[in-house]
Amino acid sequence: MLNMNQNPVTGSRMSVRSCGECCTRLVDFGVTLRGEPVLERINLHMHCGELTALIGPNGAGKTTLLRAMVGELPHHGKLRFIHHGNVESSTPLRIGYVPQKLDLDRTSPTTVSDLFAGTLSQRPLWFGTHKAVRQVARDKLESVGAGALLDRRLSEISVGQLQRVLLALALTPVPELLLLDEPVAALDQGGMDLFYQTVSEMRTAYDLSILLVSHDLAAAAQFADRMILLNRTVLCDGAPREVLLNPLIRQAFGFGFTETEIAVRRPAATELQHEQCALPVGGTP
Amino acid sequence: MTGWHLWLAHLPFEWAQYDFMHNALLAVLLVSPLLAVLGCLVVNNQMAFFSEAMGHSALTGLALGALLGLADPTVTIVGFAVILAIGMVVMRRSGAVPADTGIALVMAFVVALGVVLLSRGGGFAKYSRYLIGDLLTITPHELAALALLVVAVLGVWVVLFNAFFFVSLNRSLAASRGLPTAVLEMTFSVLVGVVVAVCIPWVGLLVINSLLILPAATSRNLARNTRHYVLGAVGVSLVSGLLGLISSYYWNTATGATIVLWACGFFALSLVLRRR
Repeated sequence: MLNMNQNPVTGSRMSVRSCGECCTRLVDFGVTLRGEPVLERINLHMHCGELTALIGPNGAGKTTLLRAMVGELPHHGKLRFIHHGNVESSTPLRIGYVPQKLDLDRTSPTTVSDLFAGTLSQRPLWFGTHKAVRQVARDKLESVGAGALLDRRLSEISVGQLQRVLLALALTPVPELLLLDEPVAALDQGGMDLFYQTVSEMRTAYDLSILLVSHDLAAAAQFADRMILLNRTVLCDGAPREVLLNPLIRQAFGFGFTETEIAVRRPAATELQHEQCALPVGGTP
Repeated sequence: MTGWHLWLAHLPFEWAQYDFMHNALLAVLLVSPLLAVLGCLVVNNQMAFFSEAMGHSALTGLALGALLGLADPTVTIVGFAVILAIGMVVMRRSGAVPADTGIALVMAFVVALGVVLLSRGGGFAKYSRYLIGDLLTITPHELAALALLVVAVLGVWVVLFNAFFFVSLNRSLAASRGLPTAVLEMTFSVLVGVVVAVCIPWVGLLVINSLLILPAATSRNLARNTRHYVLGAVGVSLVSGLLGLISSYYWNTATGATIVLWACGFFALSLVLRRR
């Protein structure tokens, strides 16, 4: 389904193995909104070729973490990016971001093509869209199985289709770090599996670090290399199976998992040996 | 200008024999597309209430001009609108009060303050021009200034449209693509404030927001993509403007409000034509 030889708009780098050089590092990272600490003392280290699932109860600050990482919200602490060639900087060269939803109403005339042209081209949308830009968009959409959606309006496609479109957009141009915010309104099971599969393949196809906010813990456990339980701070960080079996999961979600419920695939790219769990900060909800 | 007057005077219509109608027609051709293109993103951003408040802030701007003894209060109207636009963006971002409540509070304050200042000594009636607008008194000088504004705004619109559009879809997504969302949001709000403030003497603060919102809302019902949306809004705005100006001449009514009624008619038509 994936076209691995696809050329992205710019900066293509097509390795099939993790380079292990580039990473994203959060040191004592925190976000304070309106005087209230929303996230505190987040320490994370993500490598390329690794899919990290971010889980946590409602209001845990998962979306806030992503919004701070893309630079929309102010943060304290350090956010460092180590690029290919071991160049360190505080700004990422390229972040791909898939939001939960777009601020659209039912009458919105915005099409999938507008979405691509609005960011890939300087030419104002009301002048019309270059054929070349449409071709890039069509190719990228085809790579996630959404090629037929180019001229559809965003307000008339399904949640699952929109998610694929946003994924294709986030991969144009190919980013170094991909942040995905899974919609709370659940997709049907088929759509969900397809999405996880696509994302999982992207990880190795493009050698990306992927941070995925997930609401489907079982599906996330199946595809992720690593799982992080977040509730205002990192409560637990390790291999999906260890995290899901941790008693902190029951505290956070009100339900737990047993061995048999987790059909854990061996992590593909990176095997994590360590598991770090902290006590919850400031009491659990 | 002379060529324009000569050409129009050849038209076999009664309204086409007057210079003030020629000027007003030119003003309509300038103002309608300007408000329509801005309106498209005002609607996308769900800022219709914000632009309404910008229009009403003209009362206070006008009062400040009168207090300072200015013959032409445009400077204070525009200046106050800019300050208010910045203030409202800051207020919304602070999240101290819900966005719509905040705008309603600000609007109540600026309207009350404006009316109190303008009604001192019972002289409010002489300002009613600003409430309903008077397109027919526009002078060639003012037309030239308006043309400059249109060129400037369209220039901004060519350079920044895609950025504004992207921020309206999702701020985080825009930020992830390297757009300075806070700066763009502020620029857009100030731009709306300036355009609304400049157009108020001609269109009237009671109906200016309709001219901003209605063409976009109409086009939105039928448009299949963003390009059709913007071009459709400009079309609806121009046709309503021309029909409104000419019919207001024959009906002897206020031009701004007559244009709005035509635009309302087109909106109703678009609802009927919309499939689904």
